[in-house]
Amino acid sequence: MAELVLKDVAKSYGEVNVLNNINLEIETGELIVFVGPSGCGKSTLLRMVAGLEKITGGDFSIDGERMNDVPPAQRGIAMVFQTYALYPHMTVRENMAFALKIAGQSKDEINQAVTAAADKLQLTEYLDRLPKALSGGQRQRVAIGRAIVRDPKVYLFDEPLSNLDAALRVATRIEIAQLKEQMPDSTMIYVTHDQVEAMTLATRIVVLANKGIAQVGTPLELYERPNSEFVAKFIGSPQMNLLDGEIVEAGEKTVVKTAQGGGTITSDYPSRPDDVGVKVSVGVRPEDMVQTEASDFAFEGTVSITEALGEVTLMYFNQPDGAEPVIAKLPGVHSNLRGQSLRLSAPSNKVHVFRDGVSLHYQ
Amino acid sequence: MSPLLQGALTILVGVFGCVGYFYAANLVLDKFIFPAKGPHTGRNINRANAVRPWLFLFPAIFALSLYLVYPVIGSLIRSLHNRAGDEFIGLGNYAFLFSDPTFLTALFNNALWALVVPASATFLGLVVAQLTDRLSWGNIAKSLIFMPMAISFVGASLIWKFVYAGDPDIGIINAIRDNFGWELVDPVQLPFWNNFFLMAILIWIQTGFAMVILSAALRGIPEETVEAAIIDGAGPLQLFFKIKVPQIMGTIVVVWTTITILVLKVFDIVYTMTGGNFGTDILPSYMMSFMFRDDGRATAVAVVIMIVVLPVMIWNIRQARQEMR
Ligand SMILES: Nc1ncnc2c1ncn2[C@@H]1O[C@H](COP(=O)(O)OP(=O)(O)OP(=O)(O)O)[C@@H](O)[C@H]1O
Ligand SMILES: [Mg+2]
Repeated sequence: MAELVLKDVAKSYGEVNVLNNINLEIETGELIVFVGPSGCGKSTLLRMVAGLEKITGGDFSIDGERMNDVPPAQRGIAMVFQTYALYPHMTVRENMAFALKIAGQSKDEINQAVTAAADKLQLTEYLDRLPKALSGGQRQRVAIGRAIVRDPKVYLFDEPLSNLDAALRVATRIEIAQLKEQMPDSTMIYVTHDQVEAMTLATRIVVLANKGIAQVGTPLELYERPNSEFVAKFIGSPQMNLLDGEIVEAGEKTVVKTAQGGGTITSDYPSRPDDVGVKVSVGVRPEDMVQTEASDFAFEGTVSITEALGEVTLMYFNQPDGAEPVIAKLPGVHSNLRGQSLRLSAPSNKVHVFRDGVSLHYQ
Repeated sequence: MSPLLQGALTILVGVFGCVGYFYAANLVLDKFIFPAKGPHTGRNINRANAVRPWLFLFPAIFALSLYLVYPVIGSLIRSLHNRAGDEFIGLGNYAFLFSDPTFLTALFNNALWALVVPASATFLGLVVAQLTDRLSWGNIAKSLIFMPMAISFVGASLIWKFVYAGDPDIGIINAIRDNFGWELVDPVQLPFWNNFFLMAILIWIQTGFAMVILSAALRGIPEETVEAAIIDGAGPLQLFFKIKVPQIMGTIVVVWTTITILVLKVFDIVYTMTGGNFGTDILPSYMMSFMFRDDGRATAVAVVIMIVVLPVMIWNIRQARQEMR
């Protein structure tokens, strides 16, 4: 059964329309990650689920119960804010106990819940400190603890790790993943800018763009079969190369002749007979590029810059007309390739074809 | 010389005198006393920088000593002398004060003022600040409430004399009583309660002050903590008293003590409304009643006021410093 259902949900601030036609079903126990460019409405959508923003169109329900007008505290949700939002005048213990006290639970129950949460998050020795006497990572754990004690159905995270330094971010990310594992029945929605967070944590990723959902899918679905150029470029780093071309053979597999270099490349995406002659973009991820000596190749260019990262080498091929450089990521060290001319191609199962920005795979 | 010209001249001399003093003093220090050249350039610059703050502070320190420290010490000494000021009588004046029932009434009333006025003004200011925060016409309401701050205490008292007037065609209190057919009263002559009618004037004035400062403090509370509390299930009252008020407690204390200090000094209202009669005397107005008649006793009252204000003041400065950090 779907636990959270958003149906045609929309949001506008007065005249300004921010989100439209949001349709999403979230199952119990999923960890959904919202990603998207800055300002696309990730926080807004999350806050609408929390009840902090009014839903101006459509229906939102949890467990089949319409939630549009239910106050935040009665939705069974808990939220972790980017800025932690701890109550500065309360100790860690009081911070975590606040919601339970308001709910009128007994002292024993509260104590038990707080102790258990503190145990889980290694906060026991800090229980009587004020937030200002904690490090950023500890504060974030208190914020998570404050959510845990309420035992909510749904956890909401708005960029919870973005104020932490790189090392701590990785550590806390792993803690969150473990936490999720310990609570298989709780649903989480997680907003982030960080690709790695999205790819590693999510059961499904929701890519938001242009006031709506661009694509929903498991991390690998989005990586392997993006439904549009936008999603293809948004997921993966460095981003996918797009080469202009024209379909020359349609069928089970599609063969595209690239504009530059003039060779062909084959994709496993199917196409219709009347697609022949259509202008398309061919998408190949840098890590899927392979060097080839064959006479039929997808791209030929002179290496402008190499970045040796040890395990792999990034190669940038500057484009003549100032377009974005083509990037190839080849395993191993190739420090001597700079200035040399290379021919590149890719295996057919790694080649994406987009027509007017939309993937042929989904047509 | 016409007074107008005299005033203009004073301002001119004052302002340019200050600028001139700082400029010249700086020049003398850098060019002649510790010139930044010669064999000891580095040492001279360091020394000049060490002296400079004192040079700039000197006028203020001098004026404050002359007009503040000296009078305090002078008053202390004067309060130990008799009426004429020619005979040392030790604590005689103080002994008289504490045996004088009027003084004890004034002391009691003052304590009442110091309890009621700051508490009410701060509380009302806080409530108004919170209530007007989300209103579209909140700023107009705030301006209106702040307006009395711009009126002198004497002016405010005159306005309130009308409010408390015995004639039901003028005073609102008696207008209301008249309407119900009740007996007319003179509010400022009602024993004991008249104190509160006088306090209302100062509360009316100071609420605006409290409101402005507390409103700024309320705006400074991180919005997320409020949202987190909403999600935690806090209702409007819990939100206000358990999340917002504790976060601005420091500011509340500063506002509270600032008004307390003011209360302990204000005599205009009592002086204008009742002249200290009908049991409404407070320390400052009691002091005024001795001024020019018995300076020994008047200065003794002044010293008592100072001793009462001092701890509040120290507390206030401490809190304000903590707030700044
Ligand atoms: N009160 C408001 N009035 C009008 N527009 C608003 C208001 N609040 C937010 N917006 C707009 O809504 C859009 C979505 O904002 P939101 O904060 O959800 O973005 P976001 O995806 O979380 O961005 P970021 O990744 O930078 O946090 C933005 O374009 C913003 O300008
Ligand atoms: Mg955001």
